[in-house]
Amino acid sequence: MKKDYSKLWTLFKSMFMLSACTFGGGFVIVSLMKKKFVEELKWLDEDEMLDVTAITQSAPGPLPVNASVIIGYRMAGVLGSLTAVLGTILPPMIIISIISLFYEQFRSNPYIAVALQVMRAGVAAVIFDVVINLAKNVIKTKRVLYIAMMIIAFIATYLLGVSAMIIIFTCLGIGLADLAVTLYKKKKGVA
Amino acid sequence: MLLLKLFFAFIQVGMFSVGGGYAAIPLIQEQIVNIYGLMTLEEFSDLITVAEMTPGPISINSATFVGMRLAGIPGVLICSIGCIIPSFCICLTLAHFYYKYRTVSGVQVVLGSLRPAVVALIGSAGASILMLGLFQAEIQNVVLSNIRLVELGIFVVALFILRKFKASAISIILGSGVVGTLIYALMGAI
Repeated sequence: MKKDYSKLWTLFKSMFMLSACTFGGGFVIVSLMKKKFVEELKWLDEDEMLDVTAITQSAPGPLPVNASVIIGYRMAGVLGSLTAVLGTILPPMIIISIISLFYEQFRSNPYIAVALQVMRAGVAAVIFDVVINLAKNVIKTKRVLYIAMMIIAFIATYLLGVSAMIIIFTCLGIGLADLAVTLYKKKKGVA
Repeated sequence: MLLLKLFFAFIQVGMFSVGGGYAAIPLIQEQIVNIYGLMTLEEFSDLITVAEMTPGPISINSATFVGMRLAGIPGVLICSIGCIIPSFCICLTLAHFYYKYRTVSGVQVVLGSLRPAVVALIGSAGASILMLGLFQAEIQNVVLSNIRLVELGIFVVALFILRKFKASAISIILGSGVVGTLIYALMGAI
């Protein structure tokens, strides 16, 4: 029982730290979560983290909150979800509450503006680090279908501005077709 | 009842903002500015600026900001809770089914085809942020001669440290903020 509490504390602490340092959209925090929970803590495997990301993207609501709910549930059930979500929403709640009281000064401070600008380079480096690992694993599957899907999906979202939802649902369709083909082949093989 | 109004406004924001933070912005505007008239459009654009400049999900940031401005700490709690209740319930249900069925081989085949897409989506987010960092522009408006060398240097060094020494993400992000600000300050650019 004691071990479970320490797990909850680690969960809370990790989510709190990640959320406090996440500038930019939801996929930034997903990269950070992947680094933390897959590479550092080894709580989840990599495929699982990608599945969780796909699920969070197809559900409504803020991506980091959705991901916290699922990862928390995986580690410690509903209590884990609550703990993880609390960790995720507390930092922005505290920071914004303070800033909203004197946001004029905050917005016009040149040091803050520069720090936020240069931090983007650091955030980009973290995401690239994670993506290099992930892309390597997709290539390792040696399935031309998967590699092609990854490249086309990247071009579609990044250069053509197709929304993430459409990408996910299109790939879901391809996955279902893939499943149908696999089952058909199996049936034929048996017969 | 202001608090009740805020609560229902943000439940709707949480329920219908499908597809990431930026999808939530027009919804919040509709609820807070257009329907309930709780904020002016000008205050709302300040809110977006602040929400983008600070860490955390945009919808939680805006829920907090709206709550604090309109009703203080109780407002913060009511708005944020309203904002996450829908996704909490939906994701808990999805998580339950995912962990129940994920080892089924058919489910594995379908999930397998989602993974390359997710990698591409994360990569795309990374590329956008890199362009913003290096050129302060989206890819369509990039002018190569506008490249910011300090940011480029930080990106290369940070990526090298990450690949070579497996540094933690947080230390890299905060470190790049501190080092970059120092460099600009030393250059006399601030």
